[in-house]
Amino acid sequence: MSETQEQKRWGHLRKVLERPGPFCHPEFEPSPEIMDFIVTSCKVLVVGAGGLGCELLKDLALMGFKQIHVIDMDTIDLSNLNRQFLFRQKDIGQSKAKVAAAFINKRVPGCQVTPHFCKIQDYDESFYRSFHIMVCGLDSIVARRWINGMILSLLSYEDGVLDNSTIIPLVDGGTEGFKGNARVIVPGNNACVECTLDLYPPQITYPLCTIANTPRLPEHCIEYVKVVLWPKENPFNAPLDGDDSQHIGWVYEKSLERASQFNIPGVTYRLVQGVVKHIIPAVASTNAVIAGVCATEVFKIATSCCLPLNNYMVFNDVDGIYTYTYAAERRDNCVVCSQVPQTLPIEDPSKVKLKDLIKILCEDEMFQMKNPGLTTVIDGKNKTLYISTIKSIEERTRDNLNKTLVELGLKDGMDIMVADATSPMTLVFTLKFATSDVEMK
Amino acid sequence: MSSPAPKSPEQSEKSKKYDRQLRLWGDHGQKFLENSKICLINATALGTEILKSLVLPGIGSFTIVDGEKVTDDDIGSNFFIESDSIGMSRAQVATQNLLELNPDVRGDYIDESVDHIMAHSQDFFDTFSVVIATCLPEKVLMPLSRHLWEKNVPLIVCRSVGFLGYIRIQVKEHTIIEAHPDNENHDLRLDNPWPALKEHLDKVDVTKLDNKERSHVPAVVILYYYLAQFKSKHGHLPKTRAEKEEVKKMITESPPPDEHGIKNLEENFKEAIRYINTCINPIKIPPNLQAILEDDSCINVNQNSSPFWVLCAALKEFVEKEGAPPLKGTLPDMAADTSSYITLQQLYQKQAQTQCEIIYRRALEIARNLGLSQETITESEAKLFCKHASELHVIRGSCIADEYQKTRVDLTSCLEDPDSLMFHYITLRGLERFISEFNSYPGQLDDHVEPDVLKLKGIIGKLLGEWGCSQIIRDERVHEVCRYGGAELHSVSAILGGCAAHEAIKLITLQYKPLNNTFIYDAITSTSASFTL
Repeated sequence: MSETQEQKRWGHLRKVLERPGPFCHPEFEPSPEIMDFIVTSCKVLVVGAGGLGCELLKDLALMGFKQIHVIDMDTIDLSNLNRQFLFRQKDIGQSKAKVAAAFINKRVPGCQVTPHFCKIQDYDESFYRSFHIMVCGLDSIVARRWINGMILSLLSYEDGVLDNSTIIPLVDGGTEGFKGNARVIVPGNNACVECTLDLYPPQITYPLCTIANTPRLPEHCIEYVKVVLWPKENPFNAPLDGDDSQHIGWVYEKSLERASQFNIPGVTYRLVQGVVKHIIPAVASTNAVIAGVCATEVFKIATSCCLPLNNYMVFNDVDGIYTYTYAAERRDNCVVCSQVPQTLPIEDPSKVKLKDLIKILCEDEMFQMKNPGLTTVIDGKNKTLYISTIKSIEERTRDNLNKTLVELGLKDGMDIMVADATSPMTLVFTLKFATSDVEMK
Repeated sequence: MSSPAPKSPEQSEKSKKYDRQLRLWGDHGQKFLENSKICLINATALGTEILKSLVLPGIGSFTIVDGEKVTDDDIGSNFFIESDSIGMSRAQVATQNLLELNPDVRGDYIDESVDHIMAHSQDFFDTFSVVIATCLPEKVLMPLSRHLWEKNVPLIVCRSVGFLGYIRIQVKEHTIIEAHPDNENHDLRLDNPWPALKEHLDKVDVTKLDNKERSHVPAVVILYYYLAQFKSKHGHLPKTRAEKEEVKKMITESPPPDEHGIKNLEENFKEAIRYINTCINPIKIPPNLQAILEDDSCINVNQNSSPFWVLCAALKEFVEKEGAPPLKGTLPDMAADTSSYITLQQLYQKQAQTQCEIIYRRALEIARNLGLSQETITESEAKLFCKHASELHVIRGSCIADEYQKTRVDLTSCLEDPDSLMFHYITLRGLERFISEFNSYPGQLDDHVEPDVLKLKGIIGKLLGEWGCSQIIRDERVHEVCRYGGAELHSVSAILGGCAAHEAIKLITLQYKPLNNTFIYDAITSTSASFTL
């Protein structure tokens, strides 16, 4: 593409970047250099190449961005095609990141989308540090928290003062059915994902006694087959795979059988799939809206042509079209972004067992961890308290779960190091015993 | 192992492809979508973004009307226009690239301007399910909106300029059976149980249950029991807060004390307390339903009436006789043993079925008396209709051409409200008038921004005068629109495209409540507003 054509192509964008306006960012100075920055040097990472990711790549490419990277570990499935518009029937089974990048690069000349077909955890801070802005289009809360933890870990403080050059803004979008949200996180400056963990609804779980003894809903029957019958009968000598139609077919039949025993109506194949795979309904339109909002924010941040969203927007078009924008507040003692040392208050260390501590980390609304691994230092020596993710260590440390903190040799003021899937960093918690056994003796 | 179950239609390739949306609007919604015909006027970036979110979920077909040739501006903003297509028909290029998205969808184009079609064959538009127009000049919008209003074809008009967006829906009458409200009210009828339910509930004396039975009795049974106690004492059901508190207290104090003398309230009893506030109010006819039952179309059904209104006429008779809408027939989940719960559930289902049968048969009778084909009213539609009777909605819109002559809204008071986004509407109307008068966008050329600000201010002032509005639009608002110079920012069009596409889906599937009738989006502040104009 010739240089003049390139200039002409961005005529729309140049109008808002090269002309002054009454509602621009106070520091905005219109100039052709801003467009140059977008086109040549601004490096943006798109996390996720699914429903939001496809839209984000298109939107960013047509807002002039060329140095775009996209990371996604998923492959394309038939059920993606109703909204993930960069994929076709022939692409099923291929890497989402690769197919999406290739499509954008072909359609938008000069755009250089670099795909990364891997997990976000496969890269360390040296990768993430290289971007000017990140934008997330994820359906996983754990992954979103991990990325949030990553950009916060990249901040550097000198004498308690944040070095602004280490800030990488994060724009985050999420959708479910006809609802969605978009937010701008300026790490260290406004609310981060962990500050507002209470915004995520807890996943629906059914008590085991209900599914085993008093089922009432079709979901109870399906959950019974999934949780009780599958491990017992192990029909395919494999863990239940929601993407395997034979597996789903088996669960469907057994759920139907169980439902008919109890006269429970409503077990359908679709419901079985939904329960087994925790399917979230999704449509093209909501993804288009939320990705559009996020891409607009990336553009604002990159160009300063307007003040960015402050800082959270919700969207719902079930009844008319509704949006609401507000400033989500930071949590003063946020585990990840507050710089406040974390303490774990313990009522009675001779009664609280390690498993109770883990339960707090998993269930407290402020922590919501998934599979925390705990270590500490006792008398200058590292001690692993419990790690569930590595089989050999799990077996070796399992007995600790039922020991009290006193029995484990833990004392008031000691630090517990916690590693969890929700964070790339190890978090440090200082134990604070209400009744210090040292003092009592 | 048992033999594999026969392949249900749920497992077809199509069901798999559309799985994530079928969970929202169902197979019946999808069917409406697959039978729909959409017309897009002008394949701008916004236009193709709208069509994209309609082609992907699988509309039947689309037709693009656009006489423009592809320019550099299209390449820089429209994803469905390729860079090597400059000078080609924009309608053709967009059609080809949109069709690639979904092999189930048919699409064609007419390489003519909408003015040309309006001048030669207006009735071209009459067979579409929805007509969507972007970037339409006022002089075409007026006759098109009149024409479609008369022909009863819904029209969606959209505009994306700079950081501003506008969506206007013109629909004469739109009826909704499934509104899918976020918070559904439970319909338990404990204030006035039908005989079978009464007989069932009267059998249980909650105070005589042993511990195991107590922990398994459904909340509905518990609540009914204590309501009956209250009623026998006071002669009526609890109405005031204090009376409800009394019932709460009765339930709270019901458990037998344990060995420490503590009364532990079981989960199902706690549930019963939660239901007090929401479920014991006498069943009322909600205002939306009342309006429908009093609507002319309901009272005066005739041979032109749609199945919806015939069903409404039958519903009206039912409500007048019973004093309540038909029972919804769904029982929320509650802690209980299986058989108590299922027995109750079946009672609710059966009663709902019986009532639906009455309404359905009466609707068929009305249809027959009017000389309407009875096949137009299906049993499945009647079932949905009865189940959602309390959530029925009708929207009666307004014609855009009428709005442009005299809006229904008091603009002065809107403009006085500092939080209202009404000023955007005024500026956009000014922008349209500017385009009609000068045949270009204000600020289209760099050295025209300042003089165009003055011109646009003049136009807006004149418009406000015509509307008898004493307010003014701040200069900076006018300046900002001129700064855009008609620029279409892709990400802003993407936002509006998604919104407009879903509104079209609502109009087609008859599910969810559409916008009534104007939406303004301000991408500078990421805020929006809706107005009924």
